Amino acid sequence: MRKGPTPFNIAAITAGLVFLYLPIAALVLYSFNASRLVTVWGGFSTRWYESLFANEALMGAAWVTVRVGLISATAATILGTLAAVALARGGRFGGRTLFSGLVYAPMVMPEVILGLSLLLLFVALRIDRGFWTVVIAHSTCTLAYVAVVVHARLVTFDRSLEEAAQDLGCPPIRTFLTVTLPNIAPAVAAGWMLAFTLSLDDLVVASFASGPGATTLPMRIYSQVRLGVSPEINAASTLLIAAVATAVLIYAIVGKWRRVKELRSEAGAGRRAAA
Amino acid sequence: MNAKGGKTARQRLNIGAVRSKFSPWNDPSAEPLVRFEGVVKRFDDHVAVDGVSLAIYPGEFFALLGPSGCGKTTLMRLLAGFETPDEGRITLAGQDLAGQPPHRRPVNMMFQSYALFPHLSVAQNIAFGLKQENLPKGEIEARVQQMLKLVKLEPLARRKPHQLSGGQKQRVALARSLAKQPKMLLLDEPLGALDKKLREETQFELMDIQQELNTTFLMVTHDQEEAMVLADRIAVMRDGKIAQLGRPEELYETPADRYVAEFLGDVNLFEAKVASLSHPMAGIVIPETTQPLQVWDDDAPAAGSTVWLAVRPEKLRISLDPPPKGAVNVLAGEIWDIGYTGDWTNYVVELEGGKLIRAARANASRVVERPIGWDDKVWVSFDPDAGVVLTR
Amino acid sequence: MKTKRGERLAAIAPFLWLGVFFLFPFALVLKLSFSDQALAMPPYAPQIDWSAGLAGIRAFMSALDLETYARLKSDDLYLVAYLSSLRFAAIGTLLCLLVGYPIALGMARCAPNTRNILLLAVILPFWTSFLIRVYAWIAILKPEGLLNMGLEAIGLPGLSVLNTQAAVYVGLIYCYLPFMVLPIYAVLEKQDHSLLEAAADLGSPPWKSFWQVTVPLSLPGVTAGALLCFIPMVGEFVVPDLLGGVQTLMIGKTIWTEFFANRDWPSASAVAVVLLLTLVIPIVLYQRQQAKALEAGR
Repeated sequence: MRKGPTPFNIAAITAGLVFLYLPIAALVLYSFNASRLVTVWGGFSTRWYESLFANEALMGAAWVTVRVGLISATAATILGTLAAVALARGGRFGGRTLFSGLVYAPMVMPEVILGLSLLLLFVALRIDRGFWTVVIAHSTCTLAYVAVVVHARLVTFDRSLEEAAQDLGCPPIRTFLTVTLPNIAPAVAAGWMLAFTLSLDDLVVASFASGPGATTLPMRIYSQVRLGVSPEINAASTLLIAAVATAVLIYAIVGKWRRVKELRSEAGAGRRAAA
Repeated sequence: MNAKGGKTARQRLNIGAVRSKFSPWNDPSAEPLVRFEGVVKRFDDHVAVDGVSLAIYPGEFFALLGPSGCGKTTLMRLLAGFETPDEGRITLAGQDLAGQPPHRRPVNMMFQSYALFPHLSVAQNIAFGLKQENLPKGEIEARVQQMLKLVKLEPLARRKPHQLSGGQKQRVALARSLAKQPKMLLLDEPLGALDKKLREETQFELMDIQQELNTTFLMVTHDQEEAMVLADRIAVMRDGKIAQLGRPEELYETPADRYVAEFLGDVNLFEAKVASLSHPMAGIVIPETTQPLQVWDDDAPAAGSTVWLAVRPEKLRISLDPPPKGAVNVLAGEIWDIGYTGDWTNYVVELEGGKLIRAARANASRVVERPIGWDDKVWVSFDPDAGVVLTR
Repeated sequence: MKTKRGERLAAIAPFLWLGVFFLFPFALVLKLSFSDQALAMPPYAPQIDWSAGLAGIRAFMSALDLETYARLKSDDLYLVAYLSSLRFAAIGTLLCLLVGYPIALGMARCAPNTRNILLLAVILPFWTSFLIRVYAWIAILKPEGLLNMGLEAIGLPGLSVLNTQAAVYVGLIYCYLPFMVLPIYAVLEKQDHSLLEAAADLGSPPWKSFWQVTVPLSLPGVTAGALLCFIPMVGEFVVPDLLGGVQTLMIGKTIWTEFFANRDWPSASAVAVVLLLTLVIPIVLYQRQQAKALEAGR
């Protein structure tokens, strides 16, 4: 009756990880291939990175994508946090069921339908499609994810802290800003990150909501990929993967460092108390 | 008490207030059900069980008692098969258990967390073990009914564990582990999760069930009262070793060392020196009084040795009047604190020199002529056979 | 407890936003599915003639019909795409379960430190672009790709996987695996180890207690994972488009094609409505399951 993993468990995990990482590893490796052909290893080269940076269309699309991501993630975070507060703290108000359905529905809605419906809206309202329509579309789609993350934090967060603040004479809005917000800040930040990544990643909704002059990177990559494997895209992908990996690594290290610091200060406090 | 000379005075004396007919461990021809022989279990660099040898007899209710981390649970899990001993062997009815996985061992366990299967009803939980034996359906049903009746849970047979109270869960766990009629039932802190009142009720039920089924029970507990009430014999464990093994009365009245004396109940300990030996009495000197104390002890070490004198609070008499001339074992002091619990009153007395001791008095009467109050000057005394001389 | 007005006011902004950008567009899709295609911009008819007032709206209402839906019914293509989407999603979900369950089980059995690292390792690829992950498989599966290079190296004949159903399944498993692994892992990780000990103690050998205890208790995780995979898989567009080739029909791709290639907006809308109706049941199931899990967690 061992608690540890059996050889079968270890084999399953290993196979799973190989399956998950092999394609990515191949992609990264071949971004440094001097040859244009996948099957031929033409030696190490960074020529695709050079041509990537020289590719103005791709670089322009990347810049659009980042801008869309920053703005839409911020909007989604504000709206999603408000929605989460209303859902977690508002009690049973009229229309709550409709509201919670509205908040969470975009998460399970097929992207194609989301994109289509937003496009119809823009056409009906005679709004020219472009940068801002993509921003609106992405804010709408990612709002739900922020709400989920923040809501989860709010329900576990001890309500009596807020009550204590109000009991001590703090008005509601200031309570929210000085007590609630600092406590749910990690969840809000995580929600923003999630919204930002989802926005960077999105192809389908952006394709519907976008117009001339607002081509995002996934749209550009998609149109190139349809024509076949391109080493330039490999290079672009590698850069994206490196950026994500770095971000996650920093996040993990900072988290660990903070835990260690907390443990240390706790141990210090314990020692002082003992002495 | 009359104390004549004789070498084996302790055996001749009747220790404790209980007389029990059941004592297979004194019968050389009795065959133990379970035998631990020099069992050692290590976890990394920590020795959880350190060379334990132990025999448990059929029909016995045996308790492993000790604080958390003393190795008692590990010892039980070794028997159940969840851990493998690093050294030594464990036999059940003469058969070596080594290499037998838990699911083939004819012992069943009642888990501390109860470990009821949350997806199965009460009846299905009880039937779980029987189903593993591929018994005919009718037989399983009959046995489940019998078990439900035993633990008085017939009306709740179709409930799921999350719909039960703590006490009901405990009964289901008991019924489930008894359903297979194991050669031995292992109980891991069986009453630990119950509140005090329920615990006391359940203790007696557990004893009744054990008597009715005549199954051998091995219980692990950190609660000395529980162990004393339930068990025929108790092994007090400390740091992976057995500190003392015996009937509850033996452990309480003749503890082997200070650890056992302090672990079971309250005790006043005095650091002392043996002054003189005149069988069966030993003269003991403690710093709290100039007068040597008289303690009835045959096995006290030679004069001059450092020992500890242990006296239980309920064996101390407390009085507002000075004792008559020539009385032995009298200590003078002042009342420091009083705790009234209804059935007993506990006094903390400050002796001359500042040592605090505890004395307890049963409230045998509702009316007291001269109640004792805070800061009263009192005299505490005890009989020569009330104290125990400990060398460790 | 008394006044929750402030908290309720917080709902206003997201409520309005979602009303305008989610609910209303939805009504537009519904309306459009009853309209007809037209060679105009926007390419559908009728349009509401607001200047005619109430009469305009009445004229508009009377011009709506079920013609598009009738066409969907009569045209085999839609039905085939529709059924094949459901089949792809169902089989894809099942494959995800078969691949994902052992991984989740293995993770749950590891020491807590290892678990966290593995968790990060499973999630990490999914912070990279979905498109890139699908694209990575093209280089592997295409006829002169890495898979065939490997097969050739060990002396086996090459396979042509790209642009087949097999490639779509590979892509679906690859993209949706964590949605299966994570909920199952979450349930298994919380499972009380003493339940397995109790099963062993009562005479159940390990393989049997896996089926009698571990699996039934992990069902909530399996359900959540299956729904999380199935729902988006039905409407999936990128995977079949890039890996499935022209002959792979899926409903998400059909909407895309109708919309962008054929400019048949009413048909695209009608297909979207039908797709959504299909997904209502699994979506409701999922939300109920989540609510139940939330309650059990309390």
